[in-house]
Amino acid sequence: MIALAVDNVTKSFGGVRALTGVTLSLNEGERLVLLGPNGAGKTTLFHSISGNIIASSGRISLFGEDITQLPPDARARLGLARTFQITNLFAQLTVLENILLAVCGAQQLTFKFVRPLSAYDDIQRCAQALLEEWNLADAGDQLVRNLSYGEQRQVEVVMALSGAPRILLLDEPTAGLSPAETLRVVEMVRKLPRNMTIVMIEHDMDVAFDVADRIAVMHQGRVIAEGDEAAIRGNKQVSDIYLGVE
Amino acid sequence: MRRYLPIIIVAIAIFLALPYLLPTYYLSLSTKILIFALFAMSLDLLIGYTGLASLGHAAFFGLGGYVVGLLVVRGQVSEWIAFPAGIILATALGALFAVLALRARGSYFLMITLALAQVVWGIAFGWRTLTGGDDGLPGVKRPTFFVSLADENSFYYFVLLMVGLSAWALFAIVRSPFGHALRGIRESETRMLALGYNVWLHQFAAFVISSAFAGLAGALFVYNTRFVSPDVLHVVRSAEVLIMVILGGVGTLLGPAIGAAVIILLEDFISSLTQRWLLILGIVYVVTTLFAPRGLVGLYKEHFSRNRKR
Repeated sequence: MIALAVDNVTKSFGGVRALTGVTLSLNEGERLVLLGPNGAGKTTLFHSISGNIIASSGRISLFGEDITQLPPDARARLGLARTFQITNLFAQLTVLENILLAVCGAQQLTFKFVRPLSAYDDIQRCAQALLEEWNLADAGDQLVRNLSYGEQRQVEVVMALSGAPRILLLDEPTAGLSPAETLRVVEMVRKLPRNMTIVMIEHDMDVAFDVADRIAVMHQGRVIAEGDEAAIRGNKQVSDIYLGVE
Repeated sequence: MRRYLPIIIVAIAIFLALPYLLPTYYLSLSTKILIFALFAMSLDLLIGYTGLASLGHAAFFGLGGYVVGLLVVRGQVSEWIAFPAGIILATALGALFAVLALRARGSYFLMITLALAQVVWGIAFGWRTLTGGDDGLPGVKRPTFFVSLADENSFYYFVLLMVGLSAWALFAIVRSPFGHALRGIRESETRMLALGYNVWLHQFAAFVISSAFAGLAGALFVYNTRFVSPDVLHVVRSAEVLIMVILGGVGTLLGPAIGAAVIILLEDFISSLTQRWLLILGIVYVVTTLFAPRGLVGLYKEHFSRNRKR
């Protein structure tokens, strides 16, 4: 089954074309890594898929359903979760509260005004289990703003996972992390169930080739190459972009 | 909750005993404090929990008061209709303002709420034949709900009941999943959207709930003073309640109630000395933001946790 189909998507900001006719298709459970230099349009493509920006033209569908014009929260309710390139958490809340909000969102426990959140045992158990599963149980009571950057990146990923999404968008989850922390995040991604479709933006080639089933390389708003590790490594255009033309 | 139960019981006992302890003047002042405590708590739901700073909250407070005043004085309508009508119309106005103001954020949201509230003030000020203009509407008699609430003691108990129930409801709301979602929206709207929350609808609901309690406070205020004038809608009212919230501690509910008590008592004291109350209010605001940006409750918490660490 096709999990995500991006069909001829274009996005312009005034006179600037950030995306030009991008077409991508992912089968359910497939893991695609997006490579490309800064400004290639990777994050713009992510924003178009998650709904933070609306594509100027083209069509995006999620499990066969057209989502091109849907707002981000409606897409999330269809089973799409994402992380942000710049850490986007609830800084003044504790790690547990962050995860609780993610679980409530995923289970659509909203507009409940009477019982305190602490009385919803199933939600509390679910959040606690997530913290333990991802080795964050000790940090549960800490405010997110007091965590190290590496820990915040992990919370960012765990929040995206807490609704057991069908499709997960990871925007540079390892950016700015030490090699040891990068390894932990890569391990997290590897541990994810195989039926979860994943699109990941990554600059670290080793991480990219390690995680990906397939790689797409973007440059100046277009997908210029697509294929497995060998195909990308052997592609003349890709090496020109990354290493410069002789 | 259980941890605070003894404190809550003692507080309720003190509030119930006040009419037997205080002379009439100070009992009337206590009634006023309770009313403004509710007004400040209603604003805190919006500012402290949802992260929407409104400078037009007097519109709902004032409309609640004006509807009661107009229906009682001009319409000779029963309090059983006038009192609920004040709250309902304030809530409806809140829904209208929310739709208009929620298109903007931050200081733009603040400016729109200020502008909208000024429109309501302008109507009350200018429509002399209906509202009496800046002379106001005297002679709003206090209601009879099963018992007459005309004297200070019974009216105090009525206000205590209304404010107590409202405070209980507000505390329940901020602890509920809805209240937690509001905090999430305060921290990051884009993250809440990515988690599948309808952010706009949450903000709208918070705005409407907040204006309902502000309307209730306004209706009680007008019954308390037996008089309504454009003062209740004035931007100074909005600023004053904002300072109550900031002085007490944003996002704590209890803090704004304490802030209301401090401001009302200070105003009462200063007014006996000088006419320059607004100047003093401004100084209070500056001093708070400089030395206690998290308000009195924040100050207490910082001091308390520092002592505990030692």
